[in-house]
Amino acid sequence: MILLLQTAIRCSAAFIYGCLGEIVTEKSGHLNLGIPGIMCSGVAGGCLGVSVYMRSLQDPALASYIMIVLVGVLGAFLFAAALGAIYALLTVSLKCNQNITGLALTTFGGGFAQVVMDNFVKTSDSITRVNFSIASSKIASPLPFAENLGWFGQLFFSYGILVYLAIALAIVTAIIFNRTKIGLRLRAVGENPAAADAVGVRVNAYKYGAILIGAGIAGIGGFFYVMDVVQGLYESSGPIEAIGWLAIALVIFTLWKPNLAIIGSILFGALYMLPSFLDVPSQIVNALLTMVPYVATVVVLIVISVLDSKENQPPASLGLNYFREDR
Amino acid sequence: MEGKVALELRNITKTFGKIVANKNVNLKVYEKEVLSILGENGSGKTTLMNVISGIYAPEEGEIRINGEVVYISSPQDAFKYKIGMIHQHFKLVEVFTALQNIALILEKGQKYDLKEIRTSVKNICEKYGFEIDLDKKVYNMSVSEKQTLEIIKVLYRGADILILDEPTAVLTPQETKKLFAVINNMREDGKSIIIITHKLNEVMEISDRVAILRKGEYITTVSTKETNEKELTEMMVGKKVDLRIERVKTEIDKPLLEIRELSIKGDDGSKKIEDVSFYIRGGEILGVAGIAGCGQKELCEAIAGLRKIESGFIMHEGESLVGLAPKVIIEKGVSMSFIPEDRLGMGLAPNFSITDNMMLKTYAENKVYMIDEEELATYPKWKAFSIRAWVAIKTFFSRPFVDRKSARKKANKLIEKLEISTPSTETPVRRLSGGNIQKVLVGREIESSPNVIVTAYPVRGLDVNSSYLIYDMLNEEKRKGTGILFIGEDLDVMLALCDKIMVLCHGKNMGIVHASKTTKEEIGLMMTGSLNLSETKNKEYGKAKDSNLTEEEWQKQKEEAEKEGE
Amino acid sequence: MDNQKVTVKEPLFHVAKRDNLKTKYKVLIYACAIILALVIGSITCTVIGDRGNPIVFFSSLFNGALGSERKIFKFLKDTSLLLCVSMALLPAFKMKFWNLGANGQILVGGLAAIACMWYMGRGTNGAISDTVIIICSVIASMVAGAIWAVIPAIFKALFNTNESLFTLMMNYIAQSLVLLMIAIWVQGTGKTTLPEINYGHLPILFGKREILTILMGAVITSAMFAYLKFSKQGYELSLVGDSQNTARYTGINVKKVIIRTLIVSGAICGIVGLLLTAGAVTPTIGTNTANNMGFTAIMTTWLGGSNPLFIAGTCALVSFVNNGMSEVKTNFGIQSDVYANVVIGIVYFLIIACAFLVQYKVTLRKKKKQAKENGFLNGEDKKEVK
Repeated sequence: MILLLQTAIRCSAAFIYGCLGEIVTEKSGHLNLGIPGIMCSGVAGGCLGVSVYMRSLQDPALASYIMIVLVGVLGAFLFAAALGAIYALLTVSLKCNQNITGLALTTFGGGFAQVVMDNFVKTSDSITRVNFSIASSKIASPLPFAENLGWFGQLFFSYGILVYLAIALAIVTAIIFNRTKIGLRLRAVGENPAAADAVGVRVNAYKYGAILIGAGIAGIGGFFYVMDVVQGLYESSGPIEAIGWLAIALVIFTLWKPNLAIIGSILFGALYMLPSFLDVPSQIVNALLTMVPYVATVVVLIVISVLDSKENQPPASLGLNYFREDR
Repeated sequence: MEGKVALELRNITKTFGKIVANKNVNLKVYEKEVLSILGENGSGKTTLMNVISGIYAPEEGEIRINGEVVYISSPQDAFKYKIGMIHQHFKLVEVFTALQNIALILEKGQKYDLKEIRTSVKNICEKYGFEIDLDKKVYNMSVSEKQTLEIIKVLYRGADILILDEPTAVLTPQETKKLFAVINNMREDGKSIIIITHKLNEVMEISDRVAILRKGEYITTVSTKETNEKELTEMMVGKKVDLRIERVKTEIDKPLLEIRELSIKGDDGSKKIEDVSFYIRGGEILGVAGIAGCGQKELCEAIAGLRKIESGFIMHEGESLVGLAPKVIIEKGVSMSFIPEDRLGMGLAPNFSITDNMMLKTYAENKVYMIDEEELATYPKWKAFSIRAWVAIKTFFSRPFVDRKSARKKANKLIEKLEISTPSTETPVRRLSGGNIQKVLVGREIESSPNVIVTAYPVRGLDVNSSYLIYDMLNEEKRKGTGILFIGEDLDVMLALCDKIMVLCHGKNMGIVHASKTTKEEIGLMMTGSLNLSETKNKEYGKAKDSNLTEEEWQKQKEEAEKEGE
Repeated sequence: MDNQKVTVKEPLFHVAKRDNLKTKYKVLIYACAIILALVIGSITCTVIGDRGNPIVFFSSLFNGALGSERKIFKFLKDTSLLLCVSMALLPAFKMKFWNLGANGQILVGGLAAIACMWYMGRGTNGAISDTVIIICSVIASMVAGAIWAVIPAIFKALFNTNESLFTLMMNYIAQSLVLLMIAIWVQGTGKTTLPEINYGHLPILFGKREILTILMGAVITSAMFAYLKFSKQGYELSLVGDSQNTARYTGINVKKVIIRTLIVSGAICGIVGLLLTAGAVTPTIGTNTANNMGFTAIMTTWLGGSNPLFIAGTCALVSFVNNGMSEVKTNFGIQSDVYANVVIGIVYFLIIACAFLVQYKVTLRKKKKQAKENGFLNGEDKKEVK
């Protein structure tokens, strides 16, 4: 049981990043369906960073922990934010349809990641494989004192640094939303951009900021998934895209609240990891198990729509572009 | 007029596509004065104010503040020059509390300290005499509370020039008085106030000077003391208009639509209409007065079959309309046209062409091919038969398809009759101007020759001439013996046009008065709930004595309703 | 600039809504965008690939897509398939229903066809004639596709459940369903993929396998065009899409229209599934059978507006790039299979950006009089800067 929970929490970080990124974006009134593609490009950026760093060393085994994490996270964030910038340019400045732009981004992102991975990171290369297994083991290495604390340590301290970063980010985001001027303004932009504009909030600046940061956070999620959950073995962008979609659905489940994203992600982490965790030999049972997270998402969507409470609504102007001179 | 010029506009021009909203407008506002901007709807008042407050960028002209040329390209810039605007449609974040909405305007470097904001807001409230609950969420607020919040926001930010866009449109006469008191306080405090309105009495009451706009052009500025309402009207509309709306005398008929003890719930589950009874006779216009959002929309929707009722009866010529599909109600001759604030919400499809909008209610009818029987009789039998067969086949195969041809004919007829200005019948109505959109909607409703017309805000935002066209159309229908329920905003118009006026306050019927025997003040008091005529009279209030149903039949209806309830 | 004294600067660009742009200009804008996108694609290819240059890019693109009779037929087949899916999505889009689940609907349609072939053909060792099997699989695939689409539609109609995410999840559920059925079918054989089924193949018309698909594309497109433009049902669904309030007021049962439209949408996707499985050279099914056409079709449908002719154009464009890129890849020595997606993504971005230029006009502040003519040119400059 503890083992399942442990697996769930570990995997949940990927969802937290994705979900958090989307929450930040949606708070500015933009529904970014490009998150799957953005997470893929995060993979590309992070892996490229790690790969370049490790190839520059004489002996990859001596790579420093801090550098790997730093280079990886930074690369993932930057690449993802670059894609976010395309989305922001198209939807904020050029006022294009958000859904369509997002979907185009997903198509592009998946291909882009694959190209980077094949041509620059060279995943099929044996050097890369060795490098990545070293990097992955470093990134996923548990906190030093976890072993001494028995089941407690296993449950709370046995994860790589990026898991803690995810949770910390979620909490910080929650605080920013509820306790600061920036958070208040961002929420106002998502709720009623005309109102925010009228009091002098720079609507487009906030939108750009939220979309870029949101995309960057989601990108770290992709990098985390490859380096931690599947231990550096990247094959295709398929599973990352699936996580991206689930993360977007999770936003509805968490009612646009970053702290709820942690709990929701752990739940989905558990469901997602169920097939590989139980490891049943029967193909039939496995096929059924892979279905579970998606069916669960559908159930969540239905339940939330049936409940339809007044308080927990999406940002009022979600999906609508703002043009000041609209009449 | 002495004093310093606070704001000056020179040759401002603003266009939207081909539409010129403002053309060479010049304006001066002094310190310590109230300037009214008077103009009909569509005369460019709001556009001009949006230019000053940085929402719109003008194509030409310059703005001077305290004598210096400035560029106001965003609301932030406007704030830098201490210009604050209270928009007609409030710019508030619904899910925030009043305090959070005020906190939004904190500038760079100001600390996010709600306690401090609370104290300074309280100071402002005391200074000018506002009352507000700072922890109330905006979506729970009344219109007047929201307006108060908007004014506080602007004052908190420290504005010297305040622009109020039709502030009284949504207020009761009593609330308006309160607002004017506040405005006077602010003037005493040395602020310049620009107030947009098209209500002449308010112009006379509150302002020092009046600037007049007509069709986007600046006409002149006059001092209030040196003018009168009649002169202002002439300047506003350009030519002399007969302010008197004709009240057609007709033979009144039996009640066409009888509504008894009707209760309706709104979207949020609260009671929007409570135990309301009234009736409309053929050849009569019943006006419905009330502050915006007092259940007018729900009432319309219930009659049209779009909203479930809680309890009560809606009887049309003795037959119940309750529970019938909207389509059936339309077929019975009850037409409803509700003009919402954006003018497009109900009854029109914005992206559809005029033709397609013409067939909204009739698209499902099958096309009928005419056969000229007399001519057919002259043909040999086989030919007559084959013609009949061909028509039958055509009729059969045209069934799944819409009949756009005859709709286009109707559209052309309407365009000609109502002088709708449009490039063609295939233009999406979204592209038409507000007035023309309304003509299409109201025209279509009347063309369908109903016997009961329910119309809400049919002249909303129309210029004087178009408004009169609509009044004429309604009067013509009245002559034909149609019963009309007219839900309106402008009390003056209702007093002139309607035979009787029902006043709603928070969903309750406050009384039905004869338009020729009542006064505006009386209706105003009823709108705010200070006066309730229905209480003072007997229980049968709002029930026709010569009802289509006998008392026994009503009793039977009630019993049936109760049975169903179980 | 004469405003040094004041803190506020006048912005360089002024953006305003455009009234209506002439079709001539619209076409010009879109054509420029597509060419620009391909040029960018050619440059990136040159940078990434081991060899080749931008000119080689265009020649091999053309060659790869239309270089031989076989390639032309493949191009036509791919375009028709994509067009079919787009036509399936079109009525849903007109109704403002975001059907992102075409992938899943295609997949279950194909699965239903394969199931018919498996049980009726292989299961009975050919006792049932192919004609019967084909009729059954046609019906089964349409019904399956329709069911997959109608489930989210029912919840949308009843509870206003978010349809875009619902349909998305249905894609993944469909994939799992395919895995499940394969697992059931190959149980105990030790295999993981489906063996070839030689019963109930769709007929080959005029000696070319592709012709059936191409015909289907033409038929479905013209039928959908007529349905949307002239039929009462088409009128109803456009009305629901344009203004639900008005539709309700007119007496239209909005719920019924939503459900009915999605049945049509899903059934067409089901047919595509049938064409992809029973119509293929070796009928089989896997999680990738839909080939992501569901998503591609969303883009082609939206980019083509609601005009079937333009949609056919965008479908052809995407198929052209997709097929052509396989040759580009070999000629440039690029390893990645999905490189085409990058170029197609760039095409998408630029076409999407065109919507802005069509709807808004950008003018330089100081040049007021030339606004109209300069409108899109200024925008174009801006884009290139990016």
